[in-house]
Amino acid sequence: MSITTRPIDSSHPRTSKVVRPAWEEPRAPLEAGARAIVLFVMAALIVVPLYIVVLTSFSSQATITAAGGMVIVPGELTFSAYEQILSGGVVTRAVMVSVGITAVGTLISLVVSVMAAYGLSRPGSFAHRPILFFLLITMFFGAGMIPSYLLVSNLGLINSYWSLILPSCISVFNIFLMRGFFMGIDQSILDSARIDGAGDWRILSKMVLPMSKSVITVIGLFYGVGYWNAFFNATLYINDSEKLPLQVILRSYVLQGVSVPGQVAVGSGEVATLAVQMAVVIIALVPVLIVYPFLQKHISSGVMIGAVKG
Amino acid sequence: MTVVDERRPTPGAPPADPAIQKNATERKRRKRRALFRRDRTLLLMVLPALVLTALFAYVPIVGNAIAFQDYSPYVGMFENPWVGFANFERVLADEAFWSAVRNTLTITAFQLVFFFPVPIMMAILLQGLLSPRIRSLFQSIVYLPHFLSWVIVISIFQQILGGAGLLNQFLRDNGIEAVNLMTQPDTFLILVTSQALWKDAGWGIIVFLAALSAIDPSLYEAAAMDGAGRRKRMWHITLPALRPIIILLLILRLGDSLTVGFEQLLLQRDAVGAGAAEVLDTFVYYSGIQNGDWSYAAAAGLIKGVISVLLVLGANKLAHLFGEAGVYQKS
Repeated sequence: MSITTRPIDSSHPRTSKVVRPAWEEPRAPLEAGARAIVLFVMAALIVVPLYIVVLTSFSSQATITAAGGMVIVPGELTFSAYEQILSGGVVTRAVMVSVGITAVGTLISLVVSVMAAYGLSRPGSFAHRPILFFLLITMFFGAGMIPSYLLVSNLGLINSYWSLILPSCISVFNIFLMRGFFMGIDQSILDSARIDGAGDWRILSKMVLPMSKSVITVIGLFYGVGYWNAFFNATLYINDSEKLPLQVILRSYVLQGVSVPGQVAVGSGEVATLAVQMAVVIIALVPVLIVYPFLQKHISSGVMIGAVKG
Repeated sequence: MTVVDERRPTPGAPPADPAIQKNATERKRRKRRALFRRDRTLLLMVLPALVLTALFAYVPIVGNAIAFQDYSPYVGMFENPWVGFANFERVLADEAFWSAVRNTLTITAFQLVFFFPVPIMMAILLQGLLSPRIRSLFQSIVYLPHFLSWVIVISIFQQILGGAGLLNQFLRDNGIEAVNLMTQPDTFLILVTSQALWKDAGWGIIVFLAALSAIDPSLYEAAAMDGAGRRKRMWHITLPALRPIIILLLILRLGDSLTVGFEQLLLQRDAVGAGAAEVLDTFVYYSGIQNGDWSYAAAAGLIKGVISVLLVLGANKLAHLFGEAGVYQKS
């Protein structure tokens, strides 16, 4: 199944010329051209806006003024927007908050999910089906925003970082995905370890985990990207502006036009507001870009296909 | 999915001598206890997930009870006066609620027509591309926006189509009157759909590519031998192979009709106005969290939740009628 969905096939480097089966009629040049143009336009629609945002964030005040806003043609380049927002202040703190929540959250999510997936990977164990059923139901019926909010509020988690981690900590979907993978491991190996006296903790940590690196990486990345991108839960649960994560800050600066604090002193026009705004966008985007190649690598491995199919 | 209760005796079993029966239940109980002892490590491992699910998924379901109360946050949960269906009556008589329902369904219907087919077409286009390197490069590019947050996506759209955005820079430079597409209620439907396309259409092709690559190439070869042209092969081989997954996704989307990108809409609701951008989820958010009308918002949310479950069940039934596997099956 990975024939078409493999992103970068390293086993056949550079030899991949166009291979047309013998029976297939050659493509009419017009049709092939149209096809190429359509795909090219689609890719450009994604790449060009990203390029413009990146370029503007690195542009000087003079370049931005000359362009009348967003910059398409590179002019004078400067790091000053980044220097300004990363030299302490609101954005720096928001980055720290987001990094912390993403790191701690992903760790907790992964540990809880791996344990649950392993604990559910042996059909016929005690209360196996009732537990599956208990978890599965939550995929069909969400309780709703208001009761969830009131619950978090009654637990005293408003303005606590835990409110950004615990309610969204596990995804039943991810647990089932992992469980499916664990069940695919050759049970006879695990059984022999069990006969030799290894307990479940040992089997999980010494045998199952090393065999499941790819699925754990992918699910970890998914959890991580989820925590990093989360925006709504913070608008719900966090009122203290000191504790707001980056996505919320991004919203208020770029979408709601709140001026970036620390900008006040820079009325001198050295750093363009627009460049600062775009720099915040880029900072919110870069971690995803960094992990993206790893995600890409595993999308082919069939893990994802199963995930999307459900 | 039925839960097998092992303790219950099979119906129709001959009535046994009470002494033997007692013995049998005793043996079963002992067996269960042994099973529990054997599996207690496994249960311990599942426990954190169970606690989190119980707390954050099941307790709020019970919390929906406030929809039948006149809730005030300053009084204990069960000391609030019960008012029966009064909140529901208020919701159903509220024009704003029906406006939100209309907007939600309009967006769903519009995206069914203008979003849903796009990944299918992209996948077919891509499948015909023979160079693996270009294909993988294209995939890397179009999957990426799926992983960007809605805040980022809308910020980018703002810089392109917004009042001070690229489009208006161009229009002004050419002496044409500027339009802020990010605050236009009239074109909002198109705007949300293009944002959804930009973010998720590329990601959507994965399932279709998987289905396409599962097609046995010899089918194409045989068809070509028998004189079927490119178009015929597409019609008689490619599309039938995609049929199950198309039907499945279509039904899933129908079951999810009342949900349209909540964060996406919430982020733009103020700029565009409630008239076009208020959907059910934002309606619940604004009436409950913002206006503090807790019971009212909970009632609206509960209406949505219950209808959604019915839609999922109905959609699944529909899938079975089509002879497809559906989302879940009775086992």
